Amino acid sequence: MVPKDLSYTREHEWIRVAEGIGTVGITDHAQAALGDITFVELPPVGQELAQGAEACAVESAKAAASIYAPAGGKVVAVNEALEDDPGVVNSDCYGEGWIYKIELDNPAEVDALMDPAAYEEFLAQEEH
Amino acid sequence: MPFIANTEAQQREMLAAIGVESIEELFADIPPELLCCGLDIPPGLTEQEARTKMAALAGRNTTGQIGFLGGGFYDHFIPAALEAIVTRSEFYTAYTPYQPEISQGTLQAIYEFQSAICRLVDMEVANASIYDGGTAVYEAIMMALRITRRNQVIIDDSVSPIHRKMVRSYTGNLGIDLEETASRGGLPDRDALAAQISDATAAVIVQNPNFFGCIDDVSDLAEMVHARGGLLIVSCYPIAMGLLKPPGQMGADIVVGEGQSLGMPVSFGGPYLGFMATRKKHIRKMPGRIAGRTVDARGREGFVLTLQAREQHIRREKATSNICTNQGLCALTAVVYLSLLGKQGLRELARVCAEKADYARERLLQVPGVTMRFPKRWYFNEFVLNLPMAADKVIRALFTRNIAAGFPLGRYWPEMSNCLLVALTEKRTKEDIDYLAHALEVIL
Repeated sequence: MVPKDLSYTREHEWIRVAEGIGTVGITDHAQAALGDITFVELPPVGQELAQGAEACAVESAKAAASIYAPAGGKVVAVNEALEDDPGVVNSDCYGEGWIYKIELDNPAEVDALMDPAAYEEFLAQEEH
Repeated sequence: MPFIANTEAQQREMLAAIGVESIEELFADIPPELLCCGLDIPPGLTEQEARTKMAALAGRNTTGQIGFLGGGFYDHFIPAALEAIVTRSEFYTAYTPYQPEISQGTLQAIYEFQSAICRLVDMEVANASIYDGGTAVYEAIMMALRITRRNQVIIDDSVSPIHRKMVRSYTGNLGIDLEETASRGGLPDRDALAAQISDATAAVIVQNPNFFGCIDDVSDLAEMVHARGGLLIVSCYPIAMGLLKPPGQMGADIVVGEGQSLGMPVSFGGPYLGFMATRKKHIRKMPGRIAGRTVDARGREGFVLTLQAREQHIRREKATSNICTNQGLCALTAVVYLSLLGKQGLRELARVCAEKADYARERLLQVPGVTMRFPKRWYFNEFVLNLPMAADKVIRALFTRNIAAGFPLGRYWPEMSNCLLVALTEKRTKEDIDYLAHALEVIL
């Protein structure tokens, strides 16, 4: 399940860009690999992130994984609903399970990410 | 029995496998000045010879002085029931459980310890313990840096000088802006701290009662540091919690301390016990292990290690700490000690310590030339005296009269070379105090 309207990173984040604001989450592959997510550590609003910088982390019962910034910018919103119900990342990773929104410094950085087809191919390669 | 597990034949085989002629050649890259050039070890002893030698060495220690030494470690009475309980084989391990859920007794003991610490300092969550009080202060600092994502840390200098030295050692290469602020009149200097605290301040660290024994309500400091978005770390003496307002009621964000006074003897080098408690919202930033109570698949109560995603066996280099263990036996000792005392017992113990300190202060101030260093302050069981001569000389003279009179503050504060830090516990009798006062009268 790889939505067609998103861009993807090698760390299994997705980003959806609208009017210079990118919404970031983790992919279905990532949520499945982590298992039941028990906690999402949200980045502070206002945090400046370079492309590839660590933004925050998600924890499952037996693992913790960092979430990186798919593109550089300033965090403008976080999904506070995840504080009470982190399982939404498992149940709706591309929708209600979004993690943070970032005001992009340079939207062209997103163009350099993988498109859905490339990400599907990347997943297929990782399985081998 | 050989202490090198492999034989010479195996060593030759291993050297041949990697294409090296000898062990010396294997270590050829190590500069010769760093290599150990033979150890001067005498021949072995029989068991009987070794026991005789060790007993003779142990006999050179002086024991049985009337002790007024404190400075963070206190000579409290340890009931015999404590040892009988903690040495039961179900409990008796120094180590944190690594296959935890099979060790339900150990986990429950840790859970009860955490609960006891929370009630003692009035905080919401505590961990399974840390090595000692100084490590706990350091870990609290690292925790505050993680929570605030800032880099400046301010320590009041009435925090134990031993703990401050440990913090300096631990943080020396971490690029932290670590600042010490001189206390004033025996308490943290509010004006100096107000000037120093900034939007870069991750935490301010104070101790209560502090190293001079002075009691403080640091609620105003909590407000001061919170106003700039930083945290207040308070180190405290658990026995004093029987009488004093706990740090949790003063707005502390992280509370730590040395737990030795909870049933452990004073001994050079420990083992000691660090404890750490915080607010629930910070639990994921707290280091160390945490035991939790839950139910199994059939609904029966059980205990587990919880929130382990903070720890290094899962989170690797991003773990909250490299500490993945706890002081198992010392934490058990502390919770057994607190259980034996009970809530009322702890309160009475604290009152007795404070009353003995009151009597000692009055009696010692009758000695000509002896005054209070911080006369306007309140104390729990420890206070600083000005003597008319160097405190270390007085201590040496009193030692020949079988008295360990206290701690010479000149060791850490050169301007306080005439200052003696005197601590009282329930073990010191009126006769002990009168004897100390009399001996001081003779010497001074």
